Amino acid sequence: MTMPPENGPGFLKREAVPVLLFALLALVPFVAALGAESYLLSLVTRVMIFAIAALSLDLILGYGALVSFGHAAFLGLGGYAVGILSAHGQTDALVQLPVALAVSALFALITGALSLRTKGVYFIMITLAFGQMAFFLAVSLAAYGGDDGMTLPGRSKLFGMDLIKNDRAFYYAVLLALLGAYGLCRSIVVSRFGRVIRGARENPQRMAAIGFPLFRYQLVGYVIAGTLCGLAGFLLANQAEFVSPAYMTWQRSGELIVMVVLGGLGTLHGAIIGAAAFLLLEEWLSGFTEHWKMIFGPFLVLVVLFARGGLMGAIRRIGGGGGHG
Amino acid sequence: MAEPALELRDLNKAYGALTVTDHVSLALPDGEFHAIIGPNGAGKTTLIHQISGLVPSDSGSVRLAGHDVTDLSLPERVHRGLVRSFQITSILPGFSALENVALAVQARQGSSFRFFGRAREETRLNDPAMQALEEVGLGKRAGVRAGLLSHGEKRQLEIAIALAAQPRVLLLDEPLAGTGPEESAVLIALMQRLRGRMTILLIEHDMEAVFALAERVSVLVYGRIIASGPPAAVRDDPEVRTAYLGEEGG
Repeated sequence: MTMPPENGPGFLKREAVPVLLFALLALVPFVAALGAESYLLSLVTRVMIFAIAALSLDLILGYGALVSFGHAAFLGLGGYAVGILSAHGQTDALVQLPVALAVSALFALITGALSLRTKGVYFIMITLAFGQMAFFLAVSLAAYGGDDGMTLPGRSKLFGMDLIKNDRAFYYAVLLALLGAYGLCRSIVVSRFGRVIRGARENPQRMAAIGFPLFRYQLVGYVIAGTLCGLAGFLLANQAEFVSPAYMTWQRSGELIVMVVLGGLGTLHGAIIGAAAFLLLEEWLSGFTEHWKMIFGPFLVLVVLFARGGLMGAIRRIGGGGGHG
Repeated sequence: MAEPALELRDLNKAYGALTVTDHVSLALPDGEFHAIIGPNGAGKTTLIHQISGLVPSDSGSVRLAGHDVTDLSLPERVHRGLVRSFQITSILPGFSALENVALAVQARQGSSFRFFGRAREETRLNDPAMQALEEVGLGKRAGVRAGLLSHGEKRQLEIAIALAAQPRVLLLDEPLAGTGPEESAVLIALMQRLRGRMTILLIEHDMEAVFALAERVSVLVYGRIIASGPPAAVRDDPEVRTAYLGEEGG
């Protein structure tokens, strides 16, 4: 069996979408400098943060067919780790980030171990239930703002310095995080581990008969996805300099699913494109009317009906191949 | 005396009031090619599900080379060398034929908790997989998506997947189901080649195939084994003739 070489002339063509995507993202600050800088930087930063969250969801939803309806909980956990630590004077990212990731991983481990014992609709319901539990826990945290959320004293410091205080520096930090998350996910899906996860999506019974106890693989996948989404939560809190229970509503979990489906399930860069399309459309449409979802809803229906494989599917058809399957 | 490769001791299974497996005991010496025949609804597939661990038994035990595996899960039994195929083709349709088999190699070889490196390019996995594919006659179809293979090829692929798991005991659940005469001939020749290399328990409808392949045949009717012995003896057993073979055997 012959495989296309990793590098060589085919590389740029095969990887055209992600290369273009990241080149574009790297150029945004230069374009932004021409005008409306802070608006544009903050909008695209937000897009990239949600892209990380959507990426992490695509890992289990797109590749593992695990429809988690409580993924936004991890955004909140990452965010509240920043908020609560800051409230106690701990503002260094070197502490905040590991705590944010560890809390997310632990929550994923516990809820995943219980949720993954169920299948199909029951899995959707139980992840939703855990997401709601996290939401109501945040609402009940009166010391940390309860319903209203809490304002942070400022962005996280790094080695005690304000390295990401500047919007442009923060933008590149987020871009780096997105690039790292994307690279990690790309590596995972083609690895031995990723092949087991993808096999479970295709035919779980066959995988068991081959000799794979799927539960433990899916649980590790769930923990990886949750931890990555915790990273997005950490970044989101830093961007907004504010955390609130609204991070973890079930609507937010639904939006993450929409981003992944909109971009194209199981493509990874599709999740980035989906997050961008969702947030930019939201921004653009809400400029016309506050009922922007009345326009967005039908648009989504059209994408699902006519552009199977989401926006990535459409790009692949127009480009005539390319991309990775 | 050597322990039987596979032994069933008083296996039972009921779905409500319906008894599907009724006090089934059976011992397969190492290397035997054993076939189970029986009319539709006799409980053959349920029995395979119980042996392989897909469905739990109500009582009784399954022993593999003297070790009780009754409480082990399906994947755990695979690692002990008890491997099965399915009556309804069960493959990974979106994966290439080679990848289907390479996954079986991966399951028994080294860790699957590896997050880096392209699994698809590991020769450690691909070489044994390719060997299994060639063994079943699918060597030239290695790169084809499994979902695009013909029905007969899919059945061959299933056997290749099972072989890659290096079974000591191989359970074949109606491998000839739905195949045409030419496809059947290929599969029968393949099973012929596997004879003696491992212990095989075959469930099959095709009498001609069963009598050509099996060293011993058991007849399952309403979940009970009513006869067991060499093909010729079973064929001539009067109880079997009335209960099952009927006019077909006349």
